[in-house]
Amino acid sequence: MLQNRLLNVVFLFLSGLILLFIVAPLAGMFLKTSVSAYVDTATDPQVMSSIRLTLFSSLVGTIIFGIAAVPLAYLLARKNFPGKSIVNGIVDLPVIIPHSAAGIAILGVFGRNSLVGGVGESVGIQFVGGFAGIVVAMAFVSIPFLISAARDGFAAVPVKLENAALNLGASPWRVFFRISLPLAKRSILSGLVLMWARGLSEFGAVIIIAYHPMITPVLIWERFTSFGLKYATPVAAIFVVVCLVIFILMRLLSRDPLHARN
Amino acid sequence: MLEIRNISINFKDFALKEVSMKVEPGDYLTLLGISGAGKTVILEVLAGLLKPDSGQVLWNGKDITSMKIQERPVGLVYQDLSLFPHLTVYENIAFALRCRKFNKHSIAGKVNELSKLTGVGHLLERYPGTLSGGEAQRVAIARTLSADPEILLLDEPLSSLDITLRAGLINLLKEINQSGKTIIHVTHDYDEVATLSNKVAVIENGKLVQSGLTREVFRNPANAFVARFSKSKNLLPCSISLTREGLLLAKVNDQCQIYFSGTTNSKAGFVVIPAEDIILTEKRVDSSAMNQLEGTIKETWLTSAGVELLVDAGAEFVVAVTRVSFEKLHLHPGQKIWLSFKASAVKFFGD
Repeated sequence: MLQNRLLNVVFLFLSGLILLFIVAPLAGMFLKTSVSAYVDTATDPQVMSSIRLTLFSSLVGTIIFGIAAVPLAYLLARKNFPGKSIVNGIVDLPVIIPHSAAGIAILGVFGRNSLVGGVGESVGIQFVGGFAGIVVAMAFVSIPFLISAARDGFAAVPVKLENAALNLGASPWRVFFRISLPLAKRSILSGLVLMWARGLSEFGAVIIIAYHPMITPVLIWERFTSFGLKYATPVAAIFVVVCLVIFILMRLLSRDPLHARN
Repeated sequence: MLEIRNISINFKDFALKEVSMKVEPGDYLTLLGISGAGKTVILEVLAGLLKPDSGQVLWNGKDITSMKIQERPVGLVYQDLSLFPHLTVYENIAFALRCRKFNKHSIAGKVNELSKLTGVGHLLERYPGTLSGGEAQRVAIARTLSADPEILLLDEPLSSLDITLRAGLINLLKEINQSGKTIIHVTHDYDEVATLSNKVAVIENGKLVQSGLTREVFRNPANAFVARFSKSKNLLPCSISLTREGLLLAKVNDQCQIYFSGTTNSKAGFVVIPAEDIILTEKRVDSSAMNQLEGTIKETWLTSAGVELLVDAGAEFVVAVTRVSFEKLHLHPGQKIWLSFKASAVKFFGD
């Protein structure tokens, strides 16, 4: 009993320290900024358009790359094939490599002198210094979050249910869209939210491929290096608030109260 | 007609060995065996969920061993039912109909008809997670019937139900079979076999040990395993010796020896003495019965057919008598009693 109490005290103390470690810098950032600085920043068109660009480009990346990533997650959850562990490793690569290095690597494929970049430019899609480049860089670093969430979601759907559907005469397409996908929906939605959230916080990879148009993380960095902490903090604070609000809203929306019982 | 020919599958720790059987249209076939015997494996081979290493499955003469799951003429009701948790009962039943592109009107009509047959009409708006075991079982059967399979495969459909729900479901299964549907039903319960099926196949350790008409199989069990399943009372392990008179003597233990007729090369095995073939008398009587044993009544209990008694006569015997005899002899626990039965009533299964 005494030992239990000791354990509780130690664990609670350490847990509190970690929570403080996360919350304190953010709280400091909010409290250090004056109300007038908030107002000025919130009405600064450069800040607002940068926040819109950031949210939108991450959303576009999440949707476009998510469509192909979900089938990949399904294959990884369901099929056994030679080299599967290598594929799983490849999927996690973007999380491990430094993001500036990721930016350099993306530039190699989507740069002006590369094949993809050249083709893109000939049809009017500009990657370097363009919206498309931001989307690609954000998706590159954030897609592992979607794939692993969706893979776990599909893996949790009993194969028996899919077999039962086949036995009832369903085609494999119908089984996927009517059984597997709806049952893995929560995990996929939560993966999409994570991917989107991770994408919009990306700095390293984006700044290498597109300094302009300026996404908010780049804008914060630019204001910090050019004007100092005082000018960077309100932008950072407002961006964090916007992200948090949207993140919480999407989390709530991706909850599924109707079928929670099952 | 469905025919299984020499199906074998090897797993790491289990193998199904050369199983063959035939199922005629309208049959109610039970696959009987203890858990892990390979009964479910047979169903999964029929449903196409497992591919046998060798052997064939034929449907009306056509080889369907490699046919796609969704094209097979069988409908499988899993033991865990595998209802779709995100769909209502209505949508679960309608699933197969939607696969077959029925229009809305016919889907509603068919779901209505099946839910009436299975008695789940009041549950259509519910989700599977909110159903009781018996309700879910009925929904699973309705869902499988909606695909209109030629053969219904049932994996332990009654095992999770209490006794009143079992009776209802047994009636439903009988009704479905009587309407012409062929059923293959996996079970480990002799009562289900006896109540439902016209044919039985007994599976032991991945092998088919006996199959045929249910009453034939249990009247003439091929080995002790089958005999044990048929709830043969008085199945006693014994060693065997030959008497000077040419009769065989089964030694159950030092106090209990049983004569029986026939021939065997086995040195040991099991004897079965049907509970109905044992005669009870208050005193030893001279009769043609070779076996006369004195014992003490330990317990008595009522059955649907009369009364059964547990008698300790060196070994424990169950004896069945009518209620009239029970009262006439004033039988009661503690009473000394003589058991007699003919040598020809004893069945022997050698090891």
